[in-house]
Amino acid sequence: MKVTIVDYKSGNISSVINSFREVAKNKVNIEVTADLNKIKSSDKIVLPGQGSFKSCVDALNNINGLVDTLNKFAISDKKPLIGICVGLQMFADIGYEETETKGLGWISGNVSKIDNQNGKYKLPHIGWNQINIIKESKILKDIENNSHMYFVHSYEFIPNDKNVISATIDYSSNIVCAVEKDNIFGTQFHPEKSDKIGLKIINNFINL
Amino acid sequence: MLKNRIIPCLDVKNGRVVKGINFVDLKDAGDPVEQAKIYSEGGADEICFLDITASNENRDTIYEVVEKTSKKCFVPLTVGGGVRSVDDINKLLNCGADKVSINTAAVQNADVVYDSSKKFGSQCIVVAIDAKKKGEMWEVFTHGGRNKTGINALEFAKKMEDSGAGELLVTSMDRDGTQLGYDIDLMSKISSTVNIPVIASGGVGNLDHLVDGIKLGNANAVLAASIFHYGKYTIKEAKEYLKSKNVLVRL
Repeated sequence: MKVTIVDYKSGNISSVINSFREVAKNKVNIEVTADLNKIKSSDKIVLPGQGSFKSCVDALNNINGLVDTLNKFAISDKKPLIGICVGLQMFADIGYEETETKGLGWISGNVSKIDNQNGKYKLPHIGWNQINIIKESKILKDIENNSHMYFVHSYEFIPNDKNVISATIDYSSNIVCAVEKDNIFGTQFHPEKSDKIGLKIINNFINL
Repeated sequence: MLKNRIIPCLDVKNGRVVKGINFVDLKDAGDPVEQAKIYSEGGADEICFLDITASNENRDTIYEVVEKTSKKCFVPLTVGGGVRSVDDINKLLNCGADKVSINTAAVQNADVVYDSSKKFGSQCIVVAIDAKKKGEMWEVFTHGGRNKTGINALEFAKKMEDSGAGELLVTSMDRDGTQLGYDIDLMSKISSTVNIPVIASGGVGNLDHLVDGIKLGNANAVLAASIFHYGKYTIKEAKEYLKSKNVLVRL
């Protein structure tokens, strides 16, 4: 099996690479590339994302044919894909960070700034927060409810169809932190930085 | 609910830990990788390396350390000390640091903070502020506390937030090394000045100081070095104590 971490120059992905390699050991081949042919021949895809919604979408669009390749992989061929942080946010139709930017449109909804309630809540939301699992999800298999995950973000994904939400957190309001729609998975938190429990989520994805 | 973070900090010089953990069963007490692993397995919410390498020739040793540590530690890793430019930040992130803390360079040129947060995202840019009480204000110092700047720490904190810093690591130079506790006044004033998270640093001598940093200083995270290094307390003991004082922590 081959799992590809899409390296579209969206910022720092070393931790994502390290964690997937740690979990995969020598059993699964972890490829890090933006080469379209290599992505096409993968069994699973990891879409990381750091920085702003706009900078990530721009970086995807900068690589000729990448968005089409991802669309085919996730939507037409229905192969497993996980988005992490802004990688998840880009599933939306639209994001409002920096300026209004069109997303991949895989899961209908938008990405908006977390309401800090006039400074009552600090942003970015940085640190460990407990997830509230509201729906069974393949990547959250054997993960206990109220487990701690590591977050760092100022924007939240608000999907139109609430059925895609598999977990939320409490920070200012109920914020979506994990989604699952058919073969598409996403986490707002960073499994690669969430200690053993985060590695377990990565393991769940690899073993899908 | 979001938990308060406990961050042990390790001083690294020429690729080796100075003032390391005093555990007998350590194979190599000077190995930052091994020490970081002990902290992360003990429940540290984040690990901080402060590179205190004095000479430029040995600067590369920190990259090696970060690279090795990030392959073994799966909690966030912050690295600071001697970070001068966007290029330095880029190198540390590529080696596997999750956040980089900038001190002197941020004072000398706020563009470093602005440019790097635009390029890599605010989430990985921490500005470290070393401050010392001067009359009614706190003055910012640079170069590891050697040079005074005349800059008001509260104004500087606001400026750094506006420049794109994702967090502030605030060290009281009056308290650092004294074991008398954080400068609560400084922490709470900075925390109420900015809307980004504040990490309190400098002066921890016992576990009540950690409680005070969060409850009275309104810090979102507390950083400490010596109370953990010398085995006085483990991370777990610290967190259990905080919990008993109704401070929200990840256990």
